[in-house]
Amino acid sequence: MPLEASVFYLLAALTIGSALIVALSHNLVYSAFALLGTFMGVAGLYALLAADFVAVIQVMLYIGGILVLILFAVMLTHRIADVDVSNRTVGRIPAALILGVVGTVMGVCIGTAGWVQHAEPMVEPTTFGIGEAFLGPYILPFELASVVLLVALIGAVVVSRKELRGPTADG
Amino acid sequence: MDGLLLDIGLRHFLFVSLIVFVLGLYCVLTRKNAIGILLGVELILNSANINYIAFSHFSSGNYDGQVFAIFVIMLAAAEAVIGLAIVLGIYQNFSSIDIEAVDSLQG
Repeated sequence: MPLEASVFYLLAALTIGSALIVALSHNLVYSAFALLGTFMGVAGLYALLAADFVAVIQVMLYIGGILVLILFAVMLTHRIADVDVSNRTVGRIPAALILGVVGTVMGVCIGTAGWVQHAEPMVEPTTFGIGEAFLGPYILPFELASVVLLVALIGAVVVSRKELRGPTADG
Repeated sequence: MDGLLLDIGLRHFLFVSLIVFVLGLYCVLTRKNAIGILLGVELILNSANINYIAFSHFSSGNYDGQVFAIFVIMLAAAEAVIGLAIVLGIYQNFSSIDIEAVDSLQG
């Protein structure tokens, strides 16, 4: 088996296996930790697709930021003792039926559509090109992104701070 | 058939993305725990990103797909921060993050 195919199937198995645990596990802590495997697998797929910069961003932001945040939220809101009620699911059979139909339709589309493909996929370091794109055609969304992040920062503080009640509350 | 399985192309990545998307949607549809729903949303965003990068690699030949993937990652970070802040606020008020317990706005 060629190296590229074996690496691809390994990463795909890691991604999908962890995603299965995320979607099906009865324990929320297991789901949150399994998300680590999914993010690592997806980062590996990015690297396999010659997107080195995005792969590093994926590891830094998703695993170093979002996953740690989610684990904090799980630990803060979740009473570890009551495992049974921690990750209740309802409507499994209707959801599975709907998603079976949706997945089949989309799978048939992926299999039969005539995707436009270049003869030679792009394989070169991407950081320079991404930097040029950010400071060239994408300069406006790039600047707006900083505003969005600032708003999210302030919004998170405002939403989650402890509210002081009553007119005499000072400080 | 052998070449189809071993010659990794665009469709292989699209199928991985499809499976991750379906699992994320299943997670969103069936979970009653607010954080569980956010986990499903993260799976869906990741599947969209796989598509962006795959098309950028195999089809477009420029960096637009990767730039969009970075924007999606950035917005996912903002979404996670706000979503989890709201979840913590709900937990402070209701002592539960089961979304069926939080139906005060229902008439």
